[in-house]
Amino acid sequence: MIKTLYELLLTGTLCLYTLATVVFLVQFITLKKRMERAAAGILCAGVLFHTIAIAVRWAQAGHIPLVHMHESLSFLSLVMVAGFLSAQLKKRLKSLGAFVTPFASVLLAVALTQEQRIVPLPPALQSIWLPIHATISIVSYAIFTISFLIAVMYLMQERQIKAKKLSGIFQRLPSLDGLDAILGRTLALGFAILTLGIITGSIWAEEAWGAYWSWDPKETWSLVTWLLYAAILHQRFTIGWRGRRAAIMTIIAFFVLIFTFLGVNLLIPGEHSYATRLQ
Amino acid sequence: MPQDSNRPEILLLGVNHKTAGVGIRERLAMANSDIPALQFFSSLNVCDEVVFLSTCNRVEVISVASSAENALSKIKLHWLEKSGLSLKDASNLYEHKGGDAIRHLFRVASSLDSMVVGEPQILGQLKDAYKKADEARTTGTILNRLMHKAFSVAKTIRTETRIASNAVSISYAAVELAKKIFGELKGKRAMLIGAGEMAELAAQHLMTNGVSKLIVANRTLSRAVELAEKLHGKAISLDEITDALNEVDIVISSTGAPGYVITAEQVKKAMRPRKHNLLFLIDIAVPRDIEPYVNDIENVYLYDIDDLSGIVETNKAEREKEALKAERIVEEEVIKFVSWLKCLDIVPLIQNIQKKAEETRLKELARSQSVLKGLTPEQLKAIDTLTRSLVQKILHDPIISLRKSHSEGEEQALVLMDAASRLFGVNGTK
Repeated sequence: MIKTLYELLLTGTLCLYTLATVVFLVQFITLKKRMERAAAGILCAGVLFHTIAIAVRWAQAGHIPLVHMHESLSFLSLVMVAGFLSAQLKKRLKSLGAFVTPFASVLLAVALTQEQRIVPLPPALQSIWLPIHATISIVSYAIFTISFLIAVMYLMQERQIKAKKLSGIFQRLPSLDGLDAILGRTLALGFAILTLGIITGSIWAEEAWGAYWSWDPKETWSLVTWLLYAAILHQRFTIGWRGRRAAIMTIIAFFVLIFTFLGVNLLIPGEHSYATRLQ
Repeated sequence: MPQDSNRPEILLLGVNHKTAGVGIRERLAMANSDIPALQFFSSLNVCDEVVFLSTCNRVEVISVASSAENALSKIKLHWLEKSGLSLKDASNLYEHKGGDAIRHLFRVASSLDSMVVGEPQILGQLKDAYKKADEARTTGTILNRLMHKAFSVAKTIRTETRIASNAVSISYAAVELAKKIFGELKGKRAMLIGAGEMAELAAQHLMTNGVSKLIVANRTLSRAVELAEKLHGKAISLDEITDALNEVDIVISSTGAPGYVITAEQVKKAMRPRKHNLLFLIDIAVPRDIEPYVNDIENVYLYDIDDLSGIVETNKAEREKEALKAERIVEEEVIKFVSWLKCLDIVPLIQNIQKKAEETRLKELARSQSVLKGLTPEQLKAIDTLTRSLVQKILHDPIISLRKSHSEGEEQALVLMDAASRLFGVNGTK
């Protein structure tokens, strides 16, 4: 049952994302150019709804709505969609919408199944660093999610060309080099922002707990993720690790990232496990 | 209803690659004629409008004439004569009238009648032909509309069906694949090994698609130099291939060598200096020039002649399927055009109704002559005015709605025209 304005807005957003997903998928099959523009339009409306919803939530809670799982997932899907839309303005990557939009829709749907109650902010989280650190981290997760999807597209297309089975998918996906170039760019951007996220996090940790780094599981796993992405980028720029291997590594790194984001919160107790505590 | 011979009809007379050999086609093209083709056909004085289309695969005269049979036979006779052909060559010509002519033109414009279905050049050639006719002022209402319709049908088919979307020749298939691997070919480098004709063609396609640097390797260096000059490339000997592998993105091989010219080992070693940049190899030689295991190396893609033929066959089948969709679009447009043509009859129909009414009025006045004899000239004039305005008032609404229906849509107009001609007992096409 929808009870509040916030829920109404968020449900509306999900409907728009789902509709955009359907249009993108139909476009993927029929290759009608006009539909792509329509889908992007619907998605823009979705972003607007989503932004208003989060603003409403912010006003109600009195602090940035990035505290528990529901809020984080919802914001993640917003950043993904908005990032995708702004990237499309600069350089259109064929059929990317048919991958990003469904993923973002599922994220938002999962967010809606989570506990949504607003709870007072624990004292440890009452800091200027909360909006800074949380926003930056989630933006980096969103970018890495998009690079994961691009890596999946790369592997699909690579398989088609290698096996010489040039079916419908072959015509619908972008070129290998095009995908690889964008993959490199999103990885570099995501890495830079993740680095910022870790730095702001440790400054906040010093302020809250008096130590920059205390090997809490979230910190440890963030470092593992950071090192993995650093390795991928290092190899790419030095010996030219690109193509298939880079795509596979990106996918592996993404699963580690998911564990850092969700697994640590849900499975291992620690300072970041507010999510479980609030449930 | 008797067939009226005065209604202008669309006629099409011509030859294409299926009906006539190049010997006949080139003569009918009238390239060396002392008088331009369009002027020649206009001077025959049998057709109101004419367009002359001449390409390497077809020569066609599209015209509009009021007496179809007469015009067809005259055009045919004089065209053959002017081209230095005899009447027995007439069997090579096809002729279409009305709907069939429209259909043929739409199919030609959309490249359904081409040697390679879906090839795009024909539309441009047809546009040029129309432009020439337009400049020579040999087109009018009907052909103007017909040609524009043909262009828009072709465009619709191009966007609605995928008739022209896939390569149907080996060299185009290679370029299409290269584009799927590299995206933009601008700035890419290619190497041509051996000097086969097909390889040369593929290299040329790559160059026109943006490949900037070409290396030509051949067993005899002089032949390599010769070909390199022709394609603006650099010539190397076969021994230098290994080094060249480090710097090129696309390799096309077609030597007559009995063994492998490029081995998997060679390619594997090249990958590190290449910084694992993608490598696309095309082997169109029989026996093969490149060791098949090369395809197993990461970021390397090898296609041999069978792989490429396979793609071409699939694409051809796809085009055939898409052609069926295109034929349906053509059919719909032909029906629409034919009904538009019929709507052109609306003006004569209105004139006929008015004429009949006026005749009736005069006849009835004449019949009352004896009774009206005693009236003064003013009174007679008043009666004349009265009857005239009576007729006009009664006809006013039917005529207005006939005129309006013309703009409301062809189907509507046809129904109304039919009703009107039956209600008023007049023929619509005089």
